[in-house]
Amino acid sequence: MTSPLAAEVRPEADGARITLTGRIDRDGDDAMTGAYAEARTTGSGPIVLDFAATDYINSTGIALIVRLLAEARRDGRPVQARGLTEHYREIFRITRLSDFMTLDDPANDTAATEGGAK
Amino acid sequence: MTALTRPIRRLLGRSSPDPSPEPGDTPAPDAAPATVDELPGAAIDIPESDPLFAYLQSAPGPVDLAKLELNSPSLEQLRGAGVALVVPLVTQGELIGTLNLGPRLSEQEYSSDDRRLLGTLAAQAAPAIRVAQLVREQASEAAERERYAQELKIAQLIQQQFLPHELPNLPEWQIAAYYGPARVVGGDFYDFIDLGEGRIGLVVGDVTDKGVPAALVMARTHSILRAEAPRLVAPGAVLARVNDLLAAEMPEHMFVTCLYMVLEPATGHVVFANAGHNLPYVRTADGVVEFRATGMPLGLIQGLTYEEKESDIGPGDSVLLYSDGIIEAHDPTGDMYGFPRLKADMETELAGTELLDELLDRLHAFTGRGWEQEDDITMVALRRSPGAGGVAATDAPAAAVEVLAEFEVPGAYGNERVAMDRVAEIVVPVGLEPARLERLKTAVSETAMNAIEYGSVGDPGVPVRIRVERRPTSLQVRIADAGLGGAVPDLAEAELPDLDAKLAGLQKPRGWGLFLIQQMVDRVEIVREGERQTVVLTLELGGSGK
Repeated sequence: MTSPLAAEVRPEADGARITLTGRIDRDGDDAMTGAYAEARTTGSGPIVLDFAATDYINSTGIALIVRLLAEARRDGRPVQARGLTEHYREIFRITRLSDFMTLDDPANDTAATEGGAK
Repeated sequence: MTALTRPIRRLLGRSSPDPSPEPGDTPAPDAAPATVDELPGAAIDIPESDPLFAYLQSAPGPVDLAKLELNSPSLEQLRGAGVALVVPLVTQGELIGTLNLGPRLSEQEYSSDDRRLLGTLAAQAAPAIRVAQLVREQASEAAERERYAQELKIAQLIQQQFLPHELPNLPEWQIAAYYGPARVVGGDFYDFIDLGEGRIGLVVGDVTDKGVPAALVMARTHSILRAEAPRLVAPGAVLARVNDLLAAEMPEHMFVTCLYMVLEPATGHVVFANAGHNLPYVRTADGVVEFRATGMPLGLIQGLTYEEKESDIGPGDSVLLYSDGIIEAHDPTGDMYGFPRLKADMETELAGTELLDELLDRLHAFTGRGWEQEDDITMVALRRSPGAGGVAATDAPAAAVEVLAEFEVPGAYGNERVAMDRVAEIVVPVGLEPARLERLKTAVSETAMNAIEYGSVGDPGVPVRIRVERRPTSLQVRIADAGLGGAVPDLAEAELPDLDAKLAGLQKPRGWGLFLIQQMVDRVEIVREGERQTVVLTLELGGSGK
């Protein structure tokens, strides 16, 4: 059984990295909201969402990511995603999330091949 | 008179001087002869209500207008047009026109010889003119009838294009159809629609009214059905969609009854929905029963839903779909054929064409000789061979449906992942590619989550039932819920998620579930039975699907 979402925020360069662990679904609302609230206080650079340690994203999880993305755009903060498996990269393409956030090339992302949301 | 005066004037045309010239309209002596339509002066119509009409009808000969004292608008009109003498054209007591003459060129009055000559001319011309009029009218009516017959013939040819040119050739099934419009064209229709994976959509419909109006509505209904059935598949959704489209454009007082059935020939399983149509009769080993489902006819009001029912046609069972024409036929005493008689007729071992022939023979025996068919008659009969089903024959692997597993999960949130993981384990023997397995897992998880939310309302005591089937060319996961919280939004009606709108705050961030499900598998159908609903996810096997 997977664990509910946990999000750790670390300042990084002029922005922040949010490391997501567990599953992103209806139980992840507080963790995601809190993580962005913390991340937005770090400079003005990009916010990196690291999905390498997540193992499940459902449609409610997609909605949480959409909400975070909308807030970041209002704040003028670019969003990047890394560590997504090919399956979730496909979902990000289908939902057009990839039009609004940069997806790291999985070839340069060892986490994506070793694990990540699957 | 209106219709009579004008033709006479034309008949007199070239060979006569203008009988009623307008002042200044007299052509120059060297002018080219005028054609009929170029003759100066307007035709003067004398209505039957004008006293002049009755006067002319009974006048013994030419009438000198200067001496006539009548309170008549037509008389004033004639005088104003310069007419001096009117010669009535009367045949068989009917005034069919007049010959109107202006003053003599010599400015003398018309002599008694002139009048006698004109009277004789009128007496001889009137019957000939009447005959010419009748010939022209009949020729015109004949041309009109011929044109109408030609148009009907074309309408019939067009309508025939909407009926199946051939019946499905299904192993272990005997299928026959009969279509008999009451007029050249009709409002009944039937069709077989290939839905893929060996499934057949079977439809029988009946438009109110007969003839051309019904045929036009039939054509439109058929077109919509053909377009929507392969896309939506689920009979209830198909009828709801057709109803919405038809209701927006249906002429007043018209509607369509329709029964739509999806048949899986391999198993005999049927799912059907009904829009006010006659219930099909099914002859089983235990007697004749009905496939019951209720719903309003198509085209009356938008936004209707249609109950879906499922059943199985067992080996040896026979099904009859039919329109009103047969049950509403009357015998010479006015007695109606009716449902009980038709139901009793189904108590026969006959099937296919033989069954339909027998039913028609019985109908004709009932109605008697010289019966004028009152309404269109349509019948579709199908029978499953007695030896069908059970263990699939080795030469018919297409009939095999293997149930890989059937299980339940509690209707509490979080169990969508349990369902997903269970299905992933169950389908291991199928050997899906990893990417396709991931897509199926997402589709199962999302569908199970909907079932928990809509069907169980999160109540762990209201389980979600899941069945995994391996079919000859596909894998199916059927997820059934209890429908406690209402229906899952219709796939065709659900709002498409728009990320731009969501980011702009114009759409809620949620609303991705149905969209994702549809993207992840090759086909999604929703089968409704009352409040309960089953979502069927299909992945094509053999490399042709997602």
